[in-house]
Amino acid sequence: MSDGVATMESVEGEPRATLRAENLTKTYLTGEREFKALDNVDLKLYAGEMVVLLGPSGSGKSTLLNIIGGLDTPTSGRVFFNDLDITACDELELTRYRRDCVGFVFQFYNLIASLTARENIALVTEIAQDPIDPAEALSVVGLDHRVDHFPAQLSGGEQQRVAIARAIAKQPQLLLCDEPTGALDSKTGIVVLEAIERVNHELGTTTAIITHNAVTAGMADRVLFLGDGRITHIECNAERKSAKSLAW
Amino acid sequence: MNLVIAALDRKLLRDLWRLKGQVLAIAFVIASGIALLVMSLSTYEALQLTTDTYYERYRFAHVFGTVKRAPLQLEDRIKALPGVQNTQLRIAKEAVLDVAGFPEPLMGRLVSLPEGRQPTLNQLVLRRGRLVEPSRPNEAVINESFARAHALNPGDTIEAIINQKKRRLRIVGTAQSPEFIYVISPFALIPDKKRYGILWMGREALEAAYDYEGAFNDLSLTVLRGTDTRQTIQALDALLAPFGSVGAIDRSDHLSNWFVQNELKQNQTSARILPSIFVIVSALLTQAALTRLIATERNEIGLMKAFGYTDAEVGWHYVKFVLAINALGILLGWALGAQLGRFSTQNYAEVMNFPLLIYRPGPAAFLIGAALNLLVALLATARAVRAAARLAPVVAMQPPSPPQFRGEGTFLSRLGALADEPSRIILRQIERWPFRAAATVFGLAGALAMMILSLQFVDAVDEIERSHFSELQREDLALGFSEPKSTVVLGEIARLPGVMAVEPMRIVPADFVAGHIRHRGAIQGISRDSQMTRVFDVHRGHLRVPPGGVVLAARLAEKLQLRPGDEFELRLLEGRRPLIKASVSQVFDSYIGMFAYMDIVALNRAMKERPVTEYVNALIDESLQEELLVRLKNLPAVSTVALKSIAVTNFKETVAATLMIFIGFFSVFSFALGFGVTYNAQRIALSERGRELATLRVLGFSRRDVLYILLGETVLLVCLALPLGCWLGWALTAAFVNASGFQTELMRIPLAIAPSTYGISVLVLLVACAISGIAMKRRVDELDLVAVLKTRE
Repeated sequence: MSDGVATMESVEGEPRATLRAENLTKTYLTGEREFKALDNVDLKLYAGEMVVLLGPSGSGKSTLLNIIGGLDTPTSGRVFFNDLDITACDELELTRYRRDCVGFVFQFYNLIASLTARENIALVTEIAQDPIDPAEALSVVGLDHRVDHFPAQLSGGEQQRVAIARAIAKQPQLLLCDEPTGALDSKTGIVVLEAIERVNHELGTTTAIITHNAVTAGMADRVLFLGDGRITHIECNAERKSAKSLAW
Repeated sequence: MNLVIAALDRKLLRDLWRLKGQVLAIAFVIASGIALLVMSLSTYEALQLTTDTYYERYRFAHVFGTVKRAPLQLEDRIKALPGVQNTQLRIAKEAVLDVAGFPEPLMGRLVSLPEGRQPTLNQLVLRRGRLVEPSRPNEAVINESFARAHALNPGDTIEAIINQKKRRLRIVGTAQSPEFIYVISPFALIPDKKRYGILWMGREALEAAYDYEGAFNDLSLTVLRGTDTRQTIQALDALLAPFGSVGAIDRSDHLSNWFVQNELKQNQTSARILPSIFVIVSALLTQAALTRLIATERNEIGLMKAFGYTDAEVGWHYVKFVLAINALGILLGWALGAQLGRFSTQNYAEVMNFPLLIYRPGPAAFLIGAALNLLVALLATARAVRAAARLAPVVAMQPPSPPQFRGEGTFLSRLGALADEPSRIILRQIERWPFRAAATVFGLAGALAMMILSLQFVDAVDEIERSHFSELQREDLALGFSEPKSTVVLGEIARLPGVMAVEPMRIVPADFVAGHIRHRGAIQGISRDSQMTRVFDVHRGHLRVPPGGVVLAARLAEKLQLRPGDEFELRLLEGRRPLIKASVSQVFDSYIGMFAYMDIVALNRAMKERPVTEYVNALIDESLQEELLVRLKNLPAVSTVALKSIAVTNFKETVAATLMIFIGFFSVFSFALGFGVTYNAQRIALSERGRELATLRVLGFSRRDVLYILLGETVLLVCLALPLGCWLGWALTAAFVNASGFQTELMRIPLAIAPSTYGISVLVLLVACAISGIAMKRRVDELDLVAVLKTRE
């Protein structure tokens, strides 16, 4: 049956899906009550597109991101990265998946305090298959002049841009950003979004951004709205706004 | 029942519960130190009390003397000496014993008893049977440990060569005595329950056997409270000199008592040195744990402040955390220490053959340890507590800024430049918190040092054995005669079956006098070209005995403040008791005894006697040993027979029995220390960097990579701790062997740590660290990768 669906979707004209999730359900047991964080979600991320996942707290967007990022496993349903069924992967294969295919950007940057900007990136490039030079990655996010600074010597926005550089330095096919501007003021946030936009544009990385900031939606190709563990509707932007033009 | 616990205390309890692994690890280190202290001190107290009570109750004498032969009428004159309270005049003789079924001839001491009653002094603790009765000259009471070693019971018989005649004695009872807590042959280094027995016989029987009617050769006396025994001894020596006195000794020089007091001192030394390591390390661990707790609770501290808690209340809250961990450790330590103290005291009581045992540990042992621990812990954590108390609410509510790291200039970062990123994280972590790293290194080094200290005692015993039995006493067999014999006897012994070579030896009691310093000991006369008794310096090897002059053991030379070439007076205490001028020809360093050697020809000349020998050292053919021993059992002139192989075995067994327990305790404690330090350090690292490590996992690092960063730091610190710990172990051992109780006139513990001791100690520490590492691995496996994305520290 899933083959059938795949065949129907690979009809000409439709771009290749980098990631495909089918019937994803994630249930948590809280006390005696069952809580469905995800309820039968189908999702596709096409190569090179930028998707923004919008929704209030508890709508299931983080759970979805964690599962497609290989950090969490669904209660039922399957996730394919290209042809790899990541829901069937063991621990080691998931580690390889995260190492080689996915770049993460976190709300709180999660930089290693004891490493400089360049070294934080080298941390990833040293184990990646086809990385770009850390200095080059920093230049993509506009931080050429801060290479040898430690996290404590960088502003919040700069730290987040280092985190983005770290995420893209391995040239991942998929960039997952969880509230990348959540801890930043709007001016700094926009600088960070510009960096993400540039990565998506210049490197063609498939990008998914989780946010509850509706303004961000303007820069996406598609916007997925989540509520109560379901994708309630999808909007396609005819034209992407530049990050620079956003304001909140 | 509804207990009202303040909210803050509830938080404290939950914090303790949450950190239970760490709290327990620290508590165990504290408990180990306290237990060690309580064990050592309470054992010391109990043994002291038991010994004192035993001595008091069974009237152990204060002064002891030996003469060749003196009339009993002297008693009145002895009693008239200053301070003398009670006297006991006895006949005491060495004899060769023969226990049926035992291959070698044994040695024993025959001591006279008044028939049918207890003596006035040095009374017997009768364990089985009865005392000897009048008109039964073949009855004997034997000491309990000898009886047990040979399964001898009242009613059994034993053969003894008494005044060159073989006699069969009937055992009527077994007993213990304060005089023979340690039963040591005058020719052995250490006690041997099996090969040296005490036989108490009726005075009439010994009088008749040795022709001692109206005479005595052994005396004991008690003095009035407050008497200076030195004066009594001086007066006594003057009185007894014409009767062949070899000089009276104070109770403190009495061999059995000397061993007892020495054991006590060793416990005191252990109580002083070792627990301090635990106190310091546990304080450092508490400090590290508390600092970390405060760091994770910045928000809570801010909240408390915002709600109106004062600085003092916040400070007190964290002081209570320290107090709680210490209280747990102290209680555990008390309980453990009291148990171990009882066990160790019982063990001593068994080894020492006490008929009674008083284990009533006073509060001192318990309180000293607890107070010391609390004091050091509070001092060590004062800074962290003050920092928490002073944290302004606004600052506290903000997340801490990332820790500052330095990038260049330092050695570690230059080293780090050569490494990969994960290794660089490790190096920078150490560099950022050097004090914490140093504390971990010190703790691990302390654990290692203690392990080395406890294990090296085996090396020390080996070294003593090697230097004494393989280098100095090279004979297989030593024979002693009841009287000095003409050297003709050498030829006779040489003709016995299995005897391959013989050498003469004399041992003459003597006073060494250098200026105002006096030492009572003995001088040994040996052949100049002696091959069996060879003066052995532990550093320089074998030394020759010169034709003139005396070779002194270094400890004796030190005591007398003499150097090679110096002259001193030698008062020989046998025969005509000549006073001769002697010169120190050489000084040799040894572990055992305060020996002095001279050429036997020169010694005989000084004694103004024709060539005589009291002892014969022999090399024997082992295959004929049994036949030889049978012959020796029946040679009436021979009063002592000492086989070296047995002396060596006994030396090792006796020392090992006490040592193994000691080593066992200390190994467990140092293992606990090593584990405690590692576990604490790793838990703190994990708590601090859990987020970073989880991030690394998200970024695609495997569990192994992450574990490398977490454990790599430990491995590096362990690498630093190993050489430091080995050095510290050496230094601690040096301090220990130089401390009183381990440096005595009789024996000195050598500082001879074998490479294998370092190796084994290192291995044990590594195992302790590895176990902690395995526990960490489990925690790394459980790192919550999802939570890390959402939360900030």
